[in-house]
Parts: sequence; structure tokens; C-alpha cells
Amino acid sequence: MILDLFRDLVAAALIIGGGFFVILGALGINRMPDVFTRLHAVSLSDTIGASLILLGLAVESGWNLVTARLVILVLFLLFAGPMATHAVIRAALHAKLKPLGADESAEPGSAVEKGAS
Amino acid sequence: MTYVFLAGLLAVLVGLALFIARALKGPTIFDRLVAANSVGVAAIVFLALFGFFTGRPEFLDIGLTYALLNIVGVFAVLKFFRYGGLGSAGEEP
Amino acid sequence: MRLAAMFLVLFGFWLLLSGHYTPFLMISGAAVSLIVALLGFRVGYLDEEGLPLERIPAGLRYWPWLVKEMAKSTLDVARIVLNPRLPISPRLFRTRISQETDIGLVTYASSITLTPGTITAIYDREDREFVVHALTEAGAEGVREGTMDRKVRQFEGRAPHKPAAGARA
Repeated sequence: MILDLFRDLVAAALIIGGGFFVILGALGINRMPDVFTRLHAVSLSDTIGASLILLGLAVESGWNLVTARLVILVLFLLFAGPMATHAVIRAALHAKLKPLGADESAEPGSAVEKGAS
Repeated sequence: MTYVFLAGLLAVLVGLALFIARALKGPTIFDRLVAANSVGVAAIVFLALFGFFTGRPEFLDIGLTYALLNIVGVFAVLKFFRYGGLGSAGEEP
Repeated sequence: MRLAAMFLVLFGFWLLLSGHYTPFLMISGAAVSLIVALLGFRVGYLDEEGLPLERIPAGLRYWPWLVKEMAKSTLDVARIVLNPRLPISPRLFRTRISQETDIGLVTYASSITLTPGTITAIYDREDREFVVHALTEAGAEGVREGTMDRKVRQFEGRAPHKPAAGARA
């Protein structure tokens, strides 16, 4: 009985916290000045917020197949998210978009020419 | 617990609205793509929460499929805009 | 050995996702798992990279550390987004990498990207460097410092690489 209450509390905290980070990421994508900084804000909602909400649901549903599915979904998001982000930032650099505050050693044009393979 | 799911749903809806605002506003194609990817992830979370809200967790399977399609879609759009098509094997345009 | 492990992983995945335990579905699941595992044996994705069994104990040590790092930088980025003055100082910089295997490289690049505030942009094969984009100078400093590099090195689990290997590029 008390264990059920505890489980509900943990799940609620995870879901509310995840929702908070989703809103924060969405706020960030509207506030940041260019594509590169927006990607940072998005990682807040896409990886952290989504994982927290899905983990909260997993805690709530207990030990069954639904939990297994949720865990698989979280792992997939954690493995696939970085690849999408990496693809977008690489394509943006390749399109000669200039990030704010790039330093000399990693001048976007040259870095892409050297890195392309 | 229903209220917690409802709160989560509302949070995701607010997030979705903000993402769509950026997708409509975004100056470059990459801004729109980033926003679209986030809309996809938010939709997955929304599906999962909605499944629990209505007591039918079968929605999760749709969420899994959506996650797979989402990542493939991002790569497809990026490749399309780099090479002007999906067919080329990756040589310079 | 690896064939059996692959079969068990695939069959377990099937059982978890199906949820219907009728004899017909169990048998067809086992058959499909066996075919895919045999195909892997034939085509060649049943190697250290396709099914990294050896890395599991190291991964169990590495992932909790990664989660801790993610939590820390999440709070940092959240504070920046909520700050009305938006105190960002974006950086694009190069950092040395010491991983040798592809698994190590992918793990390091993905870990940098997973941590909010830093994104791996380009892998420079010749110079053995990553081009990393960071949201703030502090985040850039965290990557340059190389703690994560060392942790991934441990996770990768090979002897520290000889200078000759670095000069090969």
C-alpha cells in the first residue's frame, strides 16, 4: 500500500519533471539566436525530457511487457538522437552556415573540407 | 495519477505549439528540420502518455514505429537537400 | 558461441515485443531468430562490433557515469535557457581523441552529443580530432579537459595506444 504510493510519487515526479524539460527545450529553441545553439536547446527536450517522461511511465506501469517496450523506446531514443543531431549539424556546416563565435583553428569551411570523406 | 498524465499531456502540447512556431518561423531549412524532429519526438511522448491516460498502453507500439520513421525521415530530408535526390550513392554534387 | 548469444538476444526481443505466447508464434519467432542469426554468421555482422558482448561489463560502469554527467550539464543548460539575459558564448573548436576502435569513437562522439551543451560536428580522420560545438565556454572547457575521453578509453578496454598508431594517419 505504502509502496504503491511511493511508486506513484516517483512516477509523478519523473513525468512532471520531464514535461518541464520539454517546455524548457521548446522555449530554448525559440530564444536561441542560430541553428547551432538551437540544437543544444533541443537536446534538452528530445533526450532528457522525453526519457524522463517515458521512464516515469515505466515506473508507473510496474513489471510487465509495457515496461520492456518503454525501456526499448528510451534506449532507441538515446542511441538515435545523437545521430540525427550530428547529421543536422554536419549538414549545416557543409552548407557554409557560419556559427557564432567560431575560432580560427576550426574555421567551418576548412574543417568541413578536411573532415569530408 | 490521471491528473499527472493530464499535466504531462498539457506540457507536451505546449512544447508542440512552440516547436511548430519555430518550424514556421525558422529562417533556414535546418531550423525547420530541427523543429520537425522535435515535433516527432514530442509526438512519441504524447502517444505514450495518451495511451496511459486512456488506459490502453497499446499505443506504445505506434510510438515505437513513429520513432523509427522519425530518424529515417531526418536522414532522408538531409540527403535530399544535399544531393537533390535520394538515389545518389554519396558523390559530390 | 556468439551465434547462440545472437539467437537468444533476437528471440528475447521477439518475446518482449509480441506478448502473445501461442505455440505457433513462439515457433515462428524462434525460426526467424535462428535465420537472422545464421545470416549474420554468413554475412559477417556477428563480430565484436555487431554484438559487443565483451563491452557489457565496461558499459555497466560507464553508463551511470554518463548519466551523472548528463544530469549536471542538463541543469547548466536549463539555467541558461531560463536566464533572461541568455548568457551563451558559442564555440566551435577541435579536440584530440585517443580511441582506436570504431566502437570507442562512436561512443565518445555520441556521449559528447548526448550531454546537453556540446555537440560533435565533424570527425577528422587524418588529424584524429573531433570538431565540437559548445554552447558555452565552460562546456567547451569540460570537453577539452578530457575526463570523458579517458572514461571512454577505459570503456573501450584496449592497451593505451602506441605513438606509432597515432602517426599512422
